[in-house]
Amino acid sequence: MVKVEINGQVIEAKEGDMLIDVADSAQISIPRFCYHKKLSIAANCRMCLVDVEGAWKPLPACATPVTDGMKVHTNSPKAIAAQKSVMEFLLINHPLDCPICDQGGECELQDVAMDYGDDVSRYSESKRVVGDKYAGPLIQTDMTRCIHCTRCVRFGQEIAGMMELGATGRSEWMEIGTYIEKSIDSEMSGNMIDLCPVGALTSKPFRYSVRAWELKSHKGIAAHDSIGSNIILHSKNNEVKRVVPNENEAINEVWLSDRDRFSYEGINSEERLTQPMIKKNGQWKTVDWETALQFSVEGLKNVLADSTDVGVLASANSTVEELYLLQKMARGLGVENIDYRHRQIDFGMDQHGFHTPLLQDSIEVVEKLNAVLLVGSYLRKELPILNLRVRKAAMAGAKVFTVNTESFDFNYKVSNAQSDAGMVFELAGVAKAVADIKGAKHELVADITANDAQKVIAQALIDAKAASVFVGQISQLHPDYAVIKRLADLIAELSDAKLSILPIAANEVGAHLAGFLPKNGKNSAQMAQGMDAFINLNIEPEADFADGDNALAAMKAAKFVVNMTAFDSEIQREYADVLLPVATFAETAGTFVNANGLKQSFKMAVEPKGEAKAAWKILRVLGNLFNLNGFDYVHSNEVLQEVFDADTSAVKFSEIAIALPTTNNDAKVKLVSPYQMDAVVRRAPSLQATPDANVETMGRG
Amino acid sequence: MIRSIKHQIKTWGLTELFKGLSVTGKYLFKKKITVRYPEEKTPLSPRFRGHHALRRYENGEERCIACKLCEAVCPANAITIESEEREDGTRRTTQYDIDMFKCIYCGFCEEACPVDAIVETRVFEYEFQERGPHIRTKEDLLAFGDKYEEQIAADRAADAKYR
Repeated sequence: MVKVEINGQVIEAKEGDMLIDVADSAQISIPRFCYHKKLSIAANCRMCLVDVEGAWKPLPACATPVTDGMKVHTNSPKAIAAQKSVMEFLLINHPLDCPICDQGGECELQDVAMDYGDDVSRYSESKRVVGDKYAGPLIQTDMTRCIHCTRCVRFGQEIAGMMELGATGRSEWMEIGTYIEKSIDSEMSGNMIDLCPVGALTSKPFRYSVRAWELKSHKGIAAHDSIGSNIILHSKNNEVKRVVPNENEAINEVWLSDRDRFSYEGINSEERLTQPMIKKNGQWKTVDWETALQFSVEGLKNVLADSTDVGVLASANSTVEELYLLQKMARGLGVENIDYRHRQIDFGMDQHGFHTPLLQDSIEVVEKLNAVLLVGSYLRKELPILNLRVRKAAMAGAKVFTVNTESFDFNYKVSNAQSDAGMVFELAGVAKAVADIKGAKHELVADITANDAQKVIAQALIDAKAASVFVGQISQLHPDYAVIKRLADLIAELSDAKLSILPIAANEVGAHLAGFLPKNGKNSAQMAQGMDAFINLNIEPEADFADGDNALAAMKAAKFVVNMTAFDSEIQREYADVLLPVATFAETAGTFVNANGLKQSFKMAVEPKGEAKAAWKILRVLGNLFNLNGFDYVHSNEVLQEVFDADTSAVKFSEIAIALPTTNNDAKVKLVSPYQMDAVVRRAPSLQATPDANVETMGRG
Repeated sequence: MIRSIKHQIKTWGLTELFKGLSVTGKYLFKKKITVRYPEEKTPLSPRFRGHHALRRYENGEERCIACKLCEAVCPANAITIESEEREDGTRRTTQYDIDMFKCIYCGFCEEACPVDAIVETRVFEYEFQERGPHIRTKEDLLAFGDKYEEQIAADRAADAKYR
């Protein structure tokens, strides 16, 4: 520890810390543009010049390590003069278009110019103009405003792992751009909007719609992946206008994936269902809530009188409260066919119990792993924030391996198991190699011979101090999911690695806690073969099921279908009998349980559109209309209390006898685009305009 | 004692009465300043703050760029603006309403405007007989601006050197 004196205040700091960090920790403000705590130090904007005693010229605080006895002045005449001069230079070429700039009102340059800028410009020569570049459907460029801080360039290099923006030319002629005209395709590209201290990179969907000072902030939890990124929803006139990350070092740091950032467009979609509707004699009509709920209850009672063959389906992006109440209602009615795993094909493990998918390392710890084996996962698109942590680990020297159905484009170095036998046999090869090295024998892989690449993976997993096996979404979609889990468990067990079956949807863990599983009933795939009636929450069978056509046919054949949905669509009008408009994640209070089992509750940010209501309230009333006990909740917290008494469950995979498949089934895996995961994302036009929206054009290796 | 005597003389000598009457008498013979409104009107300053108008450039393009500074500065919250990206990529208003009942005619909107789009004209003779028209829409304000543009421009020019 060393002692530094800043503006007469003595501060203890670690030797080698940068002056700007030390000043920040003591809440002494130093203006800056290029410095960002999550990026490398560039020291090219020179805005943070401070006066250090003993140095004959001002030094940049972001690139000056502290030493013992250092005396620094951030507001001496010398420091102020230096900062003012830098400001004047920065403003020479910056256009005076703050009134039409979307950054106006929340602009770092504007703020600092208020403190250090002159009110009159001495510069009367012509200003520099830079042509705008097309940068895809998410980011709007206005490069004349750029002050060359290179935060976006460094973000691309260091965080996103895709160098999509770069600087060409020098000094006056320096330009930030994509070099050849191309869109910015990174799944984290939206963060550049936050990083840009001026209005050079702004959000395209948000463009010119609202000014920063008109927005109300609401804290929330991202609803599209199991990481549970903390977000802030900005609203005006009861409409979500944009979403920005809420800093949380333990989860998403300061980042947010594009899916969570731009999905809000779906909330404001034209296709929102705003009034309850019922189908009578083949004709749809708009009715009030009472009629619609009575109609639903009568219709379901008619079916239930003859059979309990009723399917209860929900999206795992629904809140814990919704899932809990839906299964409670279903079980109250004697219905046990409850499931959320619509994309899964192989339910072979169900007979042994339901293993709660969990990330066994806390998200923060992932970046400290030494070896990671990704089993059937395009982690980068599935869980972008987790991928960021794995990337950090890889950059620090961790070895990352994949066993996948095809080769994907990761933004760090991955090695694969190199064989054409299919991922199950590749995985078996790795397991065999691990067993060989450990001198263990296992009947499951007795007939397998490992190739060199698989031996390398095995050796690395065994050698690593902290290794983890992540089983991802592609495994979930695989016809041999049970075998994959068994093999992954074998590898993890023999190599002393941790096994994480990754939850993908926002609330998969929550669905397990709420018991939203077919413990004594049919699973999703069986229900898609046909049921007498369906109760659906937030799902669209044609897009959410592994076999969409089959599921749709089952819906059409059912006698009565109640759809609790946020959106209206022609397809559901064909099969449904009642449409109940529900609130989206921004319009309801609720809880998501993230991959680490962290329970994060959030409040309503905006009122639901039209007459839509929070699904938990609808379910509460439905429960009462069915005369079921225990549906007299006043607040969503009361529902939560009942859920959190439940615990996660683990299945001991090692005790399960299972055989390898006889054929390579990789071709049967139907990949899902990250922007087709749920109904809200599917209705975000800007995300749909990106290459990732289509499996065919999604980044491949 | 002496003060009391002075007071008595003032009271009985009617001096204050004559003082007051002399003021009245002076104005009786002075030139009258009363005007016969509405036939006659008093002169107005170029800085007069009356009915609002939205101005256009000479080529007919509206000046307003939807920066919403007037909305932000308005102490009475009388201005409501909604903005969008117009087809040609420029920032424009879709709605620009001024509630004339809320407006306190302080002129802050005009001062805040970076493009001299919203101005207050010399027009003060207008009335509303029912609610509704008191909310002046973008079309009303633009039409008003078109009608009085000559006067508005002359007033801005006259006041330019003090701004």
